[in-house]
Amino acid sequence: MNIIETQGLGKRYRGTWALRDCTLAVPEGSVVALVGHNGAGKSTLLNLLTGLIGPTEGAASVLGGEPAGSSAALDGVAYVAQEAPLYQGLTVGETLRVIGCLNRRWDQQRAEVRLAELGIPLNRRVRKMSGGQQAQVALTLALARRPRLLVLDEPLAMLDPLARFDFMDTVMTAASRDGLSVVLSSHVLADLERVCDHLILLSQGRLQVAGKVTDLLAGHQVLSGPVSEATGLASQLPVVHVTAGADQARTLVSSGTAEPPDGWRRETLSLEEMVLGYLREPGLSVRSQEQEVTA
Amino acid sequence: MSVMTAPAATGARVQAVPWRKLAWVGWRQHRLALGGVAALLAGLCLWMLVSGLQMRSALSSFGLNACTPLTATSCSTQETVFINDYYSGAQVVAGVLTVIPVLIGVLAGVPVVARELETGTFRLSWTQGAGRTRWLLARLVLLAVAVTAGAWVVSAVFSWYDHPMVQLGQDSPLAPQVFGLTGVAFAAWTLAAFAISVCAGALIRRVIPAIVAAIAAWSGLLMLTVFWLRAHYQAPLTGMGLINSTTGTGAGTPWVLTQWWIQPGGTPASQSEIAGLSSQLRQAGGLPTAQAVQQWFAEQGYVKYFTYQPATRFWTFQLTEAGWLLALSLLLAAATVWLIRHRAT
Repeated sequence: MNIIETQGLGKRYRGTWALRDCTLAVPEGSVVALVGHNGAGKSTLLNLLTGLIGPTEGAASVLGGEPAGSSAALDGVAYVAQEAPLYQGLTVGETLRVIGCLNRRWDQQRAEVRLAELGIPLNRRVRKMSGGQQAQVALTLALARRPRLLVLDEPLAMLDPLARFDFMDTVMTAASRDGLSVVLSSHVLADLERVCDHLILLSQGRLQVAGKVTDLLAGHQVLSGPVSEATGLASQLPVVHVTAGADQARTLVSSGTAEPPDGWRRETLSLEEMVLGYLREPGLSVRSQEQEVTA
Repeated sequence: MSVMTAPAATGARVQAVPWRKLAWVGWRQHRLALGGVAALLAGLCLWMLVSGLQMRSALSSFGLNACTPLTATSCSTQETVFINDYYSGAQVVAGVLTVIPVLIGVLAGVPVVARELETGTFRLSWTQGAGRTRWLLARLVLLAVAVTAGAWVVSAVFSWYDHPMVQLGQDSPLAPQVFGLTGVAFAAWTLAAFAISVCAGALIRRVIPAIVAAIAAWSGLLMLTVFWLRAHYQAPLTGMGLINSTTGTGAGTPWVLTQWWIQPGGTPASQSEIAGLSSQLRQAGGLPTAQAVQQWFAEQGYVKYFTYQPATRFWTFQLTEAGWLLALSLLLAAATVWLIRHRAT
């Protein structure tokens, strides 16, 4: 079953397309990293998936065919939006009660246990807490709903490195224990590389790359060789990006099986290098490549 | 990536979050505004109770409650003194009350949507299992019922307070300064102010500008109603001679819309002509009471005509006004729900 499916999804704001022509399918149980520059359309895609906004064209469904924003979808999808919005005037305990009353399923005990572990007292006012604590409370609220899909928009932006680790640890524990599917967005891949098994790369409102991390890595290779022959290589192999040095060039190629020509040799490919290669070529649409990977 | 399957809704109906819980959330998040409204209304009621009781004790000490009918000549001097002492106070109360509906409406109504949009918390509240439509409807109904009921209590206290003035014929129950504060009109104007405020908040999406817009819209609507619309709920009647004698005192003073004098020749008299006659009367040392003026003009062959709405139409007018205000409020609520569902993000 696909936890997320989109078909030709697009959203236009005042004549500008924030997201266009996005077709995706993500199987249940995935942990998806949604990566792209600021303004690439990450939040737009997440807002569409959670039903907060409606599409200009195309369609999005979650939880195996429930239209995004429908009551069944809202019931099973928890969203921690950018900057983790909370009611600043309430205490943590009051926030739990308010959000609990807005949901059909609510695990109060789980929320209280988690907050106790974090050392956040229930009588603390939300506005008195640090950004990191607020993000933790927002995550606690989302997990207490026992969702099937957890959507986190830039969840780590407000956290210091140690808090990032704790935060991701909570997310991953929940994902493995409850079979939760997770989508996390970030403009920094390094935050997510450790945990994700799926990658969606957006650039300028277009889908660049989407797929299982292992498939994507298998579908790409990095070749190094003389700079003078880099142009020649591009005519033989599907080159994504060339990093030219003084005399050597590193070339990201979107074909995992092609034999390197004479004078070129394979290097180890990291997910980060692959993502950076695409991020540096924002105009490159790789939908054909994606289909090759899918097949 | 797995193989794409066509989206096929499972169709499984999710059991909805109970209204009771949603209403509790509405109460929890707006209880400060509701508390403020309640305190304001309680203060007003107390003020009217105290001055109403003072007015009543003065009424009996002047011996006015023994006068039957109240217009009897033996009472008129006492009545003039009483009115001089208390009418301005009653006007202040009425003046303050006039702005209360929009104050309550804005206080309770604007934050409902505008504050969520302004602070970004709509991304929290509208993505919960209950969904934004039920979230909105629950708090709209709760707040609307609360402010309407509160306003109705205040207008009931005002009706009691102002009763002596109506009884003495000082205020027509249809007169602009009191009509909107009595019966069901005050509650209806409060409900309309609330609905305008919620809708302005959803449209403008910021608290302060929405407050300004809601006050302007509501005040404009009130002006339009008082100065034009209300007089047309039913075709006005035309009377001649003394206003009270034509319409009878038992039913209360009518609401006079226009008045003019007809010359002995049968054509309307000009303003300057009437002013000239009035100064002649003063020089002749005539009493400046309405009755004396009327009599003196009649002796000169002038007849006064006027159009009016009889006080017996009070409840027809009240229900007409409350009816269209209720319809407007429901329309605005529907528009707000539409905005929230389709646009406001």
